[in-house]
Amino acid sequence: MSLKYALFTGCVAKGAGRELMTATELVCRKLGIELVEMTDAACCGAGVISEDNEMVADIINARTFALAEERGLDIMNICITCQGVHRKCQVKLSSNPDYMSRVNAALKEQTGREYKGTVKIRHFGKILLEDYGLDKLRQAVTKPLSNINAGAFYGCYALRPHEYSDLENPDDPDEMERIIEALGAKPVKYPERLKCCGFPILMMNKRNSMALSGNAIKSAKDAGSDCVITQCPLCHLNMDAYQPEIDPDLNMPIVHIQQLIGLALGMSHDDLKMNTHIVRPTGAVASI
Amino acid sequence: MAQVTFRIFRFDPEKDKESRYQDYELELEPGITLLNSLNRIKSEQDSSLTYRMSCGSAICGSCAMRVNGHALLACKTQASGLVKDGVIQVDPLGNMEVLKDLVVDLEPFWKSLKQVDPWLQPDVSDNPENERLQTPEQFQRIDDATTCILCGACYSDCNVLGVDQEFLGPASLAKANRFIFDSRDAKTRDRIEFISEMNGVWDCTHCGECSTRCPTEAKPLARIMEVREAAMQAGVHNNNGARHALGFRETVGRSGRLNENYLPPRSVGFLNIPALIGLAPVGLRMFMRGKNPPIIHHSIDKADEVRKIFSKFEDYRHHPTRSSRPDDGASD
Repeated sequence: MSLKYALFTGCVAKGAGRELMTATELVCRKLGIELVEMTDAACCGAGVISEDNEMVADIINARTFALAEERGLDIMNICITCQGVHRKCQVKLSSNPDYMSRVNAALKEQTGREYKGTVKIRHFGKILLEDYGLDKLRQAVTKPLSNINAGAFYGCYALRPHEYSDLENPDDPDEMERIIEALGAKPVKYPERLKCCGFPILMMNKRNSMALSGNAIKSAKDAGSDCVITQCPLCHLNMDAYQPEIDPDLNMPIVHIQQLIGLALGMSHDDLKMNTHIVRPTGAVASI
Repeated sequence: MAQVTFRIFRFDPEKDKESRYQDYELELEPGITLLNSLNRIKSEQDSSLTYRMSCGSAICGSCAMRVNGHALLACKTQASGLVKDGVIQVDPLGNMEVLKDLVVDLEPFWKSLKQVDPWLQPDVSDNPENERLQTPEQFQRIDDATTCILCGACYSDCNVLGVDQEFLGPASLAKANRFIFDSRDAKTRDRIEFISEMNGVWDCTHCGECSTRCPTEAKPLARIMEVREAAMQAGVHNNNGARHALGFRETVGRSGRLNENYLPPRSVGFLNIPALIGLAPVGLRMFMRGKNPPIIHHSIDKADEVRKIFSKFEDYRHHPTRSSRPDDGASD
């Protein structure tokens, strides 16, 4: 059965995190997963548009869901913030028919579209686990990452509030670790792996934002991790781009999970644009 | 009945230099709560074990503690669901100092709560002779926020409080919500302005810990989001959080996509020279790696549809109430 999804890129993968887009496309192509980029889908709002006007944020996201339904495809997110915001909107609409009909009325009035409630919305990692399968992934690995100790950083929107999370046990998940293990790397569970990276308050309180990222990176380092693996490009931005200001001695590579998979599939740092990261690959990560 | 190890945090400042864990073995009766398990340990095995409790009915909020790293209410949680590899690890609440065993000093929690003036401040100029009535709809607006039992579970697990005790914190912001949306309160504007300041409502990362740990319908994150929306509507925009939200509205509303080059200066203020200079190092670092967002911002395809939706911005404002919006947090 061929796998085909409507790719919701999110803004960062088209902006400050273009390496995520590259890695996703390369890895999916190699694994035989077909992606149709939703070039007409709007920003999910990142929980910020809803601070200003919740219903507008929900109409915009209902439009995205409708666009995927029109294509007859399920949505693949590659940003956990987009995933969490989409899921929250979807749960809100499906659990409240009255609100859904008001959102749909507005959507229809402005765009002629309608969200029917049939589309499945998942993050890349979840799709890999559920649809592609870890056994197949293991078979596809050509360069097992046996020297790498990899600490997964989940990102808030993957975990909380629980009713919007699609992880089996959001208080003690192992989905990312299972992927890391399938690549031949050693997963490192460290105390701060489920905490917030601080990105959402970067513009409001930079000191606190960087303290949160710094704590997470230090925690991973203390637990013996060679790199921090992210599934949200916003966590990646905060931990990578601000790392020199947090503590230049940390020198901890921050790697998108698609990049880690790409390395195990035999792709190079250059292919995966890992040299665009602010913290260049070091130690065990550099040696792959 | 299953034999379970309760691994409990112990610390007696009069005897111990450092904290330690002590294991207690207990046969779990079906349906027994965590609190009753602790009561059995205290009465049958070790009377020195110290924790707060009172009503045992999820009303008084005394018995909040951390289990396996997450805050919960001991009287409201069955012990059997908490066992992990035969062990239930019990710790005191986080973000506060331990006084003894599972008892923490709640003073910082009370202090932050007092800052939001948690009492009704009606307009008394008309010297009312009767009590001020609310319609059921008016009460419904604050119903969820009033269910807070001040247990401190949200305060314990708040990620921002973990790095900055000056942050007002989730319980206080939910309490502010309870009065901001109270039809009888006359200090709405003052309250919104106060929590819009530094360390207030915009300093929350929306990590979701508070709503996930909250044992009632108070769900602080949902209350925080409502207050932000109220602040935006009230025009209290002179802060980075509100400008950040305006920046989203402006760029996504125009092009369907966030303009990452526009948002940071828009958030700190285009005339705020020191803050703009503060943005330069990261901008330069990213530029040098070719990681800067594209200089020319591209719209999504069919962006006109998005513009149409945003053009009705005020028409689509909807005031959520308990009946029209599901709760933003873990349900019971």
